[in-house]
Amino acid sequence: MKYIDEFRDGQVAQGLATRIRQEVEPGRDYALMEFCGGHTHAICRYGIEDLLPDQVRLIHGPGCPVCVLPSGRLQSAIDLVEREQIILCSYGDLLRVPGAHGDTLLRAKARGANVQMVYSISDALDIARAQPDRHVVFFAIGFETTTPPTAVAILQARREGLHNFSVYCNHVLTPPALRAILTDQRSLAEAGSGKQDHGTLHGCIGPAHVSTIIGSEPYQFVAAEHRHPLVIAGFEPLDVLQAILLLIRQINAGEAKVENEYTRAVTPEGNRKAQRLMAEVFLLRPGFEWRGLGELPDSALAIRPEFAEWDAERRFVIPAIQAADHKACACAEVLRGIKRPQDCKVFGIACTPDHPLGSCMVSAEGACAAHYHYGRFRQAAV
Amino acid sequence: MNLTRQRFAHPLDVKNGCIELSHGGGGRAMAQLIEELFLAAFDNDWLRAQDDCARLPACGGRLVMATDSHVVSPLFFPGGDIGCLSVHGTINDVAMSGAQPLYLAATFILEEGFPLADLKKIVDSMAQAARRAGVSIVTGDTKVVERGKGDGVFITTTGVGVIPPGVEISASRAKPGDVILISGALGDHGMAVLSQRENLSFDSPIVSDTAALHELVAVMIQATPGIHCLRDPTRGGLGSALNEIAQQSGVGMRLREAAIPVHEPVRALCEFLGLDPLYVANEGKLLAICPAELAETVRATLRGHPLGQEAAIIGEVVEDPHGFVEMETTFGGRRLVDWLSGEQLPRIC
Repeated sequence: MKYIDEFRDGQVAQGLATRIRQEVEPGRDYALMEFCGGHTHAICRYGIEDLLPDQVRLIHGPGCPVCVLPSGRLQSAIDLVEREQIILCSYGDLLRVPGAHGDTLLRAKARGANVQMVYSISDALDIARAQPDRHVVFFAIGFETTTPPTAVAILQARREGLHNFSVYCNHVLTPPALRAILTDQRSLAEAGSGKQDHGTLHGCIGPAHVSTIIGSEPYQFVAAEHRHPLVIAGFEPLDVLQAILLLIRQINAGEAKVENEYTRAVTPEGNRKAQRLMAEVFLLRPGFEWRGLGELPDSALAIRPEFAEWDAERRFVIPAIQAADHKACACAEVLRGIKRPQDCKVFGIACTPDHPLGSCMVSAEGACAAHYHYGRFRQAAV
Repeated sequence: MNLTRQRFAHPLDVKNGCIELSHGGGGRAMAQLIEELFLAAFDNDWLRAQDDCARLPACGGRLVMATDSHVVSPLFFPGGDIGCLSVHGTINDVAMSGAQPLYLAATFILEEGFPLADLKKIVDSMAQAARRAGVSIVTGDTKVVERGKGDGVFITTTGVGVIPPGVEISASRAKPGDVILISGALGDHGMAVLSQRENLSFDSPIVSDTAALHELVAVMIQATPGIHCLRDPTRGGLGSALNEIAQQSGVGMRLREAAIPVHEPVRALCEFLGLDPLYVANEGKLLAICPAELAETVRATLRGHPLGQEAAIIGEVVEDPHGFVEMETTFGGRRLVDWLSGEQLPRIC
């Protein structure tokens, strides 16, 4: 495949891996967090850790939209579709994420709720157009990457006068989550309370698709306030290796800069048109709960009052639900990068992709699912 | 004088008619459907006897029996339809034991309102597939469910075959040191069906690989009777089939991603939809596991047959108490090829 195979070339990878091995300094530890689930997936899928020296340790971050959605918001969606005679459209991954008491949208569907899996929000619009006597709610989740399409769909619905369509908005923002993770990591490191080898971070692999929208500027605080280098990287495996090399060079030089490895898609200012669309349709929520990270200020979006007709939270009564995660589940620590998937007591035992207890075991971008599907043989070998 | 016309006042309206509840009611309408549609297409002595069963001659050797239900959506897809698929699917299940398939039974669950023209197309496709494969459809059953209680047509076929003497092929026979081969490129069937789904409808050149594999198996067994395992990687794809064999044989496997053939359009569509070709269904491919010293002969035999021209050696069986199927990626790292979890693509066959 043109424009893809070039970024998966095994020989180029070997060359980069050699350079990485040459440039790591003896006795120095390089703990690097990839924020995005897309990077986590690429790392596990291509076995990138096999190409790295032991000193380079990759820590999976919270950038998996399905993983950070709190179970209460999910339960609200299950309750909504079962209570009202609506069609709930959702991305496939969300169907298996446990809400309160382990219930899922997939089970609600089996009980008779009208839950439909779609590939994009435009499919949900099509369903609403085709069934004018039914109300269609789109379960919108995701970071800045999936937010502009939601904005476009809401504008489109208004233009068409499509009154049987609304959006249950759960869009969240990347920089506040990154800030929370880094603050958390710093306090763990200062308190020395992190698990062995954890709570110390030396650099970040910055988001790929999110950065095409927001640009590279919003990450400057990582370098300025936290003194960590950050390299924005594409989701292909060579992008990841190249970003690791650039991070190692910065760490060796004692630098902390925002660098952009993904120049083929990311500019400093990002996609201005997408940003304008987002600003037109959404406004900041004062606070929003994230699974694992808790309540974060200014970290999520709500639909502006002028689009109330297309806002499921205004069209329907959706009571806030506080649902505790499964007691044994360590998703909160995994999402904060202070536990590895295999450090969770129930990983691979009570919690598997077929019976997930926590959200990180569901999506292909979830750290636990990626490790379970692609990497757990490494543990078995130890 | 035409006896059929005498029994039924009007011929079946195949052009404009549709399935009615009476077609499954056991009365004259059902008899007419069987006679003018099924019997006319599958025609053989057993069916003509019009008993509720087929009396088959005793055949020496071990019998093999397999059954498979088909619920594919859409019913017609590039490269095939539910009719030929239901014949190939069961023939292949029988053939993977090394057996020569002989007879099929077919059960139709039809939905009220299903167009007779579509049913005829499907039945003709089954008849053609069975005739090409040299297998007779000797008995069957028809049921009709109310409109909305089915989805057009579901077909269950059951096959019977005989294993030639000296052949011992089973998913429990893979041994460390054995070599793993695949008869061709992965994922054509699954992506051909998926590309036709209502909510996707891609313009793609991908065509289902649906085919009966028993003749290929017969040639392989003749050349190398010492083959240990055969499996057709249908639902769940190569990844799931290898995990099943690894578990049944108590071994591990090591694959080389670069050696696994996948056609470019399949790779591209999988990439676009976030699917892994290793888990996409095939309906005309087999994987073979054999002792290392036979591997080259098996590959050459496969490549010498029209259904095995892209055959490749893709890995080997190893000792592994965990039964892991691992793969060296094209990138130079390693990954697990795990069991498929959940349903990647529902109603693919």
